[in-house]
Amino acid sequence: MEYFAQQLINGLTLGSIYGLIAIGYTMVYGIIGMINFAHGDIFMVGSFIALIAIIAIGLSAATPFFLMVLALLLVLAIAMVLTSAWGWTVERLAYRPLRGSFRLAPLITAIGMSIVLQNFVQIAQGARVKPLQPIVTGSYILMEKDGFVVSLSNIQIIIIVTTVGLMAVFSLIIARTPLGRAQRACEQDRVMASLVGVNVDRTISLTFVMGAALAAVAGLMYLLYYGVIDFYIGFVAGIKAFTAAVLGGIGSLPGAMLGGLVIGLIETFWSAYFTIEYKDVAAFSLLAVVLIFLPEGLLGKPEVEKV
Amino acid sequence: MAETTLSRVNGTPEAVSGERRTTQAFKESLIAGGLAFLLSFPLLTHRTVQQAEGLVLEPRWLWGVIAAVVVFAGRLLLHFLVWDRQVVRAPVAPRLWQGLAAKPAPLSVWVGPLLLGLALIFPFLPFVDRRIMDLAILVLTYVMLGWGLNIVVGLAGLLDLGYVAFYAVGAYSFALLAQYFDLGFWVCLPLAGILAAFWGILLGFPVLRLRGDYLAIVTLAFGEIIRVVLLNWYSFTNGPDGISGIPKPSFFGLEFKRFGDNTFAGFFGIEYSTLHRFIYLYYIILALALLTNYVTIRLRRLPIGRAWEALREDEVACRSLGINITNTKLTAFAIGAMFGGFAGSFFATRQGFISPESFTFLESAIILAIVVLGGMGSQIGVAVAAFVMIGGGELLFREFAQYRMLVFGLAMVAIMVWRPRGLVGTRKATIAVGERKAIGGDLVGEGHG
Amino acid sequence: MSSAEAVSGRDHILTVEHLTMRFGGLVAINDLSFEAERGKITALIGPNGAGKTTVFNCITGFYKPSEGMITLRHEDGTTFLLERLADYETAARARVSRTFQNIRLFAGMTVLENLLVAQHRTLMRASYYTVGGILGFGNYAAAEQEAVDFALHWLERVGLAERADDAAGDLPYGDQRRVEIARAMCTRPVLLCLDEPAAGLNPRESAELNELLMSIRESERLSILLIEHDMGVVMGISDHIVVLDYGEKISDGTPEEVRNDPAVIAAYLGVEDEEVEAVEQEIAQ
Repeated sequence: MEYFAQQLINGLTLGSIYGLIAIGYTMVYGIIGMINFAHGDIFMVGSFIALIAIIAIGLSAATPFFLMVLALLLVLAIAMVLTSAWGWTVERLAYRPLRGSFRLAPLITAIGMSIVLQNFVQIAQGARVKPLQPIVTGSYILMEKDGFVVSLSNIQIIIIVTTVGLMAVFSLIIARTPLGRAQRACEQDRVMASLVGVNVDRTISLTFVMGAALAAVAGLMYLLYYGVIDFYIGFVAGIKAFTAAVLGGIGSLPGAMLGGLVIGLIETFWSAYFTIEYKDVAAFSLLAVVLIFLPEGLLGKPEVEKV
Repeated sequence: MAETTLSRVNGTPEAVSGERRTTQAFKESLIAGGLAFLLSFPLLTHRTVQQAEGLVLEPRWLWGVIAAVVVFAGRLLLHFLVWDRQVVRAPVAPRLWQGLAAKPAPLSVWVGPLLLGLALIFPFLPFVDRRIMDLAILVLTYVMLGWGLNIVVGLAGLLDLGYVAFYAVGAYSFALLAQYFDLGFWVCLPLAGILAAFWGILLGFPVLRLRGDYLAIVTLAFGEIIRVVLLNWYSFTNGPDGISGIPKPSFFGLEFKRFGDNTFAGFFGIEYSTLHRFIYLYYIILALALLTNYVTIRLRRLPIGRAWEALREDEVACRSLGINITNTKLTAFAIGAMFGGFAGSFFATRQGFISPESFTFLESAIILAIVVLGGMGSQIGVAVAAFVMIGGGELLFREFAQYRMLVFGLAMVAIMVWRPRGLVGTRKATIAVGERKAIGGDLVGEGHG
Repeated sequence: MSSAEAVSGRDHILTVEHLTMRFGGLVAINDLSFEAERGKITALIGPNGAGKTTVFNCITGFYKPSEGMITLRHEDGTTFLLERLADYETAARARVSRTFQNIRLFAGMTVLENLLVAQHRTLMRASYYTVGGILGFGNYAAAEQEAVDFALHWLERVGLAERADDAAGDLPYGDQRRVEIARAMCTRPVLLCLDEPAAGLNPRESAELNELLMSIRESERLSILLIEHDMGVVMGISDHIVVLDYGEKISDGTPEEVRNDPAVIAAYLGVEDEEVEAVEQEIAQ
């Protein structure tokens, strides 16, 4: 029971990170119907930018609480802004010229961009893993029995709270603001949206920027939680997050979050109760099973085949 | 294409005079350079270095400046050499392409046989040494993989991102059969193909009802699952350590060794050279690739091939014509997988050593990129793309290995933006009462599954 | 002949009984029953959204009906329950062929290739399911030549023989419609279902289509089921008309009967229900 509770907490934390990345996939897929393969690597770029910002600011576990909050917010802001610039550039260079063209072309440019980002970071920052001393420390003990402690660490609280908060903000943006309206319009019918005065290019760019900003948040959280990153983390995390987006029902924001949580939990429980080596197999098998029996995902709308 | 590029960059072409275009170009290049500087900060300008006390930053502002200047200059050059020239030639350039597209007949009539002839005499050309031989073998392996995947993606329109799985199945089939049953390459080659095809059917059966990107992501997942299993099933596959000592192919029982009874050199009474084995491997992969090509060309003219292409064009219409689409897709998947298996088996014998590291998603991505860059469904296009992407990369960037993949990725993006339909964008009809015409790429479907 | 003929006095190729199709809460077709006679042209008409295409999709196997039975009888007495067949079997075994409201040609393939794909099953057998074709045994070449001749025969019938080698997507709209009919005919159907074949055609093309359909019916002794909005086409060539509105049958009979049915007039003109009753009473008097 205690072991289960601890795994549940760990799984929710991991799931939150996947969920944040998955939102980027789901928004882009919703609006232009393509898998943004480079999104996982945008997350990786965000993580590296956050790492550099943390070192530059000189943040460590010894920083006083108040200053640490300020510094973390500053790091978050820097990472979000700079990562957004990357997201914007990737869209501008690799996807916009191919809009409305052959469906496979943007998929290939996306894979190309993913290769470019990975190798760029590898060249610029080296192939070695980058370890970071824990910054946010401390935890609360929730339960204790037979010497087994169920703890909820501060960083886990931060991750879950931030995720929930951002989720709420983004849902509001999509539901209430003119930008959200434009996004939903483009999702339905891009040509018609442009005819009624929606700036489609700008809307799509902003979607990439929003996705990249969230990926940067995920990148910072990942860095703080695991304390070690390398240029390759984007690939695996990206695939898992895309799995999450599909699982939840692609195009659906709550779906992406739910999918992220499900993948995070499955991975954690599988590692905890079975073998850690096959956790990816578990996540991917689940994806295959869900897609075969429930192709629209958990929260997606079923698609009636038009003949 | 020229006009769209132009209007994308400068607005309406007629309205902008030459001088203003130049100022505009400078302005935009400055912005691009500035953006490059912004992006290089801090990833490029501050390198994280591991020191005793932890990670420290090592500022390298110069790198950022270099990046900005390179992007500025590149953008400007691109403007004057490519975009602006097309303004002047705008009416000519598209017509040139259309002309090529409308009359590929004379082109393909001599390009194919020429390349084939070159490939046949290649090992005996004067400049060929061991390194070039090795590279040629590598390129041909990718040509074969590209042709194999082309059946699935180019003809049947099924987006398969896990093709490397079948490559791995082929390689491991041979390696394990050789290890456990002491079988040779020529016995294992067909077995590896059959096993890969079997896996193709096994994996294809549940997933082929999925459409488009879902199929892509599930095939990707399967590719990863197979790799992870190979990596972790230590008792059977030897895990990350891989399998070594995979036997080399023999030439009708003769082996390519310096000493021994049945050696190739001894039998023919020639002096032993390590190059013999490379030449032999070269001809094996050439034969395998040509077999793939021949079978594909034959299949395209058979009902199954036409059904694949019809499936790519419109699945619903296929169903209305009484075509069992599940079987049709499975055949494409299985035949594509079979050639992947052959190639894998060859890869194993060439390397003598395999490990799961050789079968990552990147391999799948490269093979798919070759197919799409070459022009889906075009055999020559795929061969040229494999040569450019693999051969070009190895030849030009051998000294700068770490920049190789960076340039590879950039080239993928650039070629796709330049020619979204791939190098050969037209489709040749499989049968005709009169002249066999080429069909423009804009009409040809891209598949939904 | 068959027992069905003995009972009703007519030879019905298609019998639709109590067909109901629901999508979630929406009832697209409600308890629809009608029959189509062998060798005749039966039209299915009704206002937009009446559920005509849904009926077609149920008959041709694209939808599985929620309830009901669709029976197809071949001339030799073989019967098929269409709702139980997989979509491709409807064309392959029951030999029901169809066209689509929004043309679905293989745009990137030539017209001839389109027509060869339609003969897929015959050609597959001739190529010994590809094995013979690859290895070069069997007489696939002869079978293919036969298929090409058959395709050209149909291209001539629709007047497009000279476009055989052009990409189907390159043809003008009206020609594409005719290629689609030729392609459907290449499957050698016993029942041809045409979904708005005259949509987007000009009056001259429309008249040509009438002639084509009439001539096919005569020469092939083919039964045709037709969805059409163009009343010129419907009234000109139909032997029998079924009228749908909101998924229910509101009228059924010869063109003459249907033309004068007040319920049909009401449905098309959008008259209120009470007014329909008023109209009906007027007619009754």
